[in-house]
Amino acid sequence: MTALLEVEDLHVEFRTRDGVARVLNGVGYHVDAGETLAVLGESGSGKSVTAQTVMGILDTPPAYVMRGAVRFHGEDLLSATAERRREVRGEGIAMIFQDALSALNPVFTVGFQIEEQLRLRRGMSRSEARKRAVELLDLVRIPHARQRVREYPHQFSGGMRQRAMIAMSLALDPEVLIADEPTTALDVTVQAQIMDLLAEIQRERHMGLVLITHDLGVVAEVADRIVVMYAGRIVEQADAVSLFRSPGHPYTEALMKSLPRLDAKGTTLDTIKGLPPSLLRIPPGCPFHPRCPRAEAVCSVDVPPQERLGFGRTSACHFAEEVLNG
Amino acid sequence: MGFYVLRRLLQMVPVFLGTTFLIYALVWAVPGDPFEGKCGERDCPASYVSAMRDKFNLDDPLVVQYGKYLWNLVQGDFGQTSSGLLVGERIATAFPVTLRLALVALLIEAVIGITAGVVSGLRNRGFLDSLVLVSTLFLISIPVFVTGYVVQLVFGLQLGLISPTVTTPTFGNLIVPGFVLASLSMAYVARLSRASISENRRADYVRTALAKGLPTRRVVGVHMLRNSLIPVITFLGTDLGAFLGGAIVTEGIFNVPGVGGLVFRSILTKDGAMVTGVVTVLVLVYLLMTLLVDLLYAVLDPRIRYD
Repeated sequence: MTALLEVEDLHVEFRTRDGVARVLNGVGYHVDAGETLAVLGESGSGKSVTAQTVMGILDTPPAYVMRGAVRFHGEDLLSATAERRREVRGEGIAMIFQDALSALNPVFTVGFQIEEQLRLRRGMSRSEARKRAVELLDLVRIPHARQRVREYPHQFSGGMRQRAMIAMSLALDPEVLIADEPTTALDVTVQAQIMDLLAEIQRERHMGLVLITHDLGVVAEVADRIVVMYAGRIVEQADAVSLFRSPGHPYTEALMKSLPRLDAKGTTLDTIKGLPPSLLRIPPGCPFHPRCPRAEAVCSVDVPPQERLGFGRTSACHFAEEVLNG
Repeated sequence: MGFYVLRRLLQMVPVFLGTTFLIYALVWAVPGDPFEGKCGERDCPASYVSAMRDKFNLDDPLVVQYGKYLWNLVQGDFGQTSSGLLVGERIATAFPVTLRLALVALLIEAVIGITAGVVSGLRNRGFLDSLVLVSTLFLISIPVFVTGYVVQLVFGLQLGLISPTVTTPTFGNLIVPGFVLASLSMAYVARLSRASISENRRADYVRTALAKGLPTRRVVGVHMLRNSLIPVITFLGTDLGAFLGGAIVTEGIFNVPGVGGLVFRSILTKDGAMVTGVVTVLVLVYLLMTLLVDLLYAVLDPRIRYD
């Protein structure tokens, strides 16, 4: 069975004045209908670039896709025509962004920005599109949708803006929704509401949801499966339950240890020593080895392969088994 | 909005009074006898001078003179020149010509400037971009009187494509003078739109519009352009105000019978009544134009509110 959306061995580099940054070095994941995949990683780990490659909205230059495939219903999008890629955007795969204030166009009303897709892609008349836009705003539970549809993004609060963006992304009933840090710019109580809304919509519409985040808490609540990224590679893939029970990669392990815990009050929080590597000079071998507490000689020489750790579970670590067994 | 407009209109009153008083005072304070040379080679007869001093209230204190002038002005009377011409009438014939020239220049400036700016802003660093940068730099560095004379010489006299002077100021005849008048601002408009476009090109909302699957045409033509042109349009608005102030050099070169030439000749002949009259109209026009530009700004950018 082919996955709904599948990314395979993706290599992307950014050609900058300072040299070539290898931003993605063989990223692969897949998501099925009705499934929530969380992509977890620090900033600069390549989470968003992967999403933008899937959408086909990378800025070239400086970004170049060197190798790999993005398959939607088995169709390779990277080799598809520009016109076909555009068709898939919004309709097959839609995306929402982190900062809804800058991601929405400031000079058009929220309604206009929802309706233009409906008018252009669905051939709806102005009044039909307006009706549908109000329905969509209702769906994401924006109060007084009938009035608010005429307002501009700056007249919305942060949470309402993110809701409006979700409504906009749902306009063409996409099969996959990529949410790029949808709650990062919001305060904590609003974050929870937005996550609940996304999870609910995903369930109701049986969509595939790719949730990009650096927030372990968010991941724990909604994800079915998790991929953990580091320096443009996937270091671990697992279903959410087993990953939280026993991480299979030292990086995941370290991330979890750096979470504050109620039962460890008063003790110093563990942090990951050092900084993520510069993508211009990724260390040889395992990119995490300079910061890894378990690193041995082999780690700085050989790139660890994806070890299979049982059903659907992989870890790119030479000592994956040991990590898993504590 | 209504209150804002009202407040702005009321603010115009002191500005109007201040500027017109300044002009009035300066014009009549220019050193030298205002009636020198008005009677040919010889001195004017005492009877003429006293009649003139009486006509222009020159024996009253300055403030009283100004008050009388203003009183006539609000009744629509711009007064007469020393030779008895009606100032209001002259302005009424010259102003439409200037307006026509200004509109032609504005159109040329907007169409060429924005097109060049958008095209070069969309592709950073390329042949077209360099072409626009170099040619605008060229236009900015050349004074208008040079552009004007060169164009007149080449196209008017050597190639004979246009008539070197504008005999009847129709829109067609004003294209070349309009081009000369617009050349400098056109370069600024091109550079402003280029900067604005390349700044907006990487904006988040452009990425969103692309992610929605909108055609590139629409992303650029609707989303990007609408945002990028806000500063450009306000620039064009103030520029129209400046054009309406008359283009002394351009009108002079092409002999266009507009306001610029009128005010220039009046200054040379020390025709105080005419200078004051024309400049008063220009002050009013400029004040109204700036108000219009500010209102336009709020229409273009919904984030701006005047309440």
